[in-house]
Amino acid sequence: MVHIKRLQEEGADILAIVGEIDASSSIELDLAIAKSVGEGFKKILVDCSALEYISSAGLGVFMSYIEEFRDKKIVMVLYGMKEKVNNTFQILGLADLLQIRPTKQEAKKLLNELSA
Amino acid sequence: MNYRHKIGCSLENLKGIRDFVRKSLRTHVASEVVLNEIILALDEMCSNLMIHAHHCNPDHFLEIKIDVPRKGKLVFEIIDDGEMFDINKFSEPSLDNLVHEKRKGGLGIRLVKSIMDDVEYLTRNGRFVCRLSKEVK
Repeated sequence: MVHIKRLQEEGADILAIVGEIDASSSIELDLAIAKSVGEGFKKILVDCSALEYISSAGLGVFMSYIEEFRDKKIVMVLYGMKEKVNNTFQILGLADLLQIRPTKQEAKKLLNELSA
Repeated sequence: MNYRHKIGCSLENLKGIRDFVRKSLRTHVASEVVLNEIILALDEMCSNLMIHAHHCNPDHFLEIKIDVPRKGKLVFEIIDDGEMFDINKFSEPSLDNLVHEKRKGGLGIRLVKSIMDDVEYLTRNGRFVCRLSKEVK
């Protein structure tokens, strides 16, 4: 139901989410982020361009890393969301707590600014 | 028009619920964003019931009914033989608390209340019914 591809670019770990994240599949997102953190990445980009759906279980995974990232000085930026997916983040006001940008280019720019 | 769907309480079946809601409403709800909101609210309600009232037992069933009247609000009913899980009785955790406690749950209730106009509970023929309604322009 969800597939998360990983690739590295200019020192950043890119997690590309393909498919749908719900209560049955949110563990995949959790494991992918945990792996990235475990491997010591300080810059994480989340490519949401092929993310078709996210429920609160997936949103909760992103939320659960906010403090750990702050403590470990890890920066994560999400990008490429479809309007319907972005709306789910907006309903809860999560756009204020997470870093979200429309394009990969803007996400990389923010990632570098915040990591400097 | 009325649409019905019966499904076992396994989280693997949430995809089937989303497909049912999408298929039922695709000719009635023009906005993809609004349609996704409705799908999300039903997914959240059903996953809450599956986890908290049925402990993900696939031999327990939920029935979902969608009523699309010619005029007025869309009405969604989740009919359940199990224990009532009334989201109105649960306080919504603040976002700050969720971040601090690293909790992965608690957001679903906020989503449902934000998306739907009304969430009410009733009993019919000895079964629990959770009724959600939403005005769609």
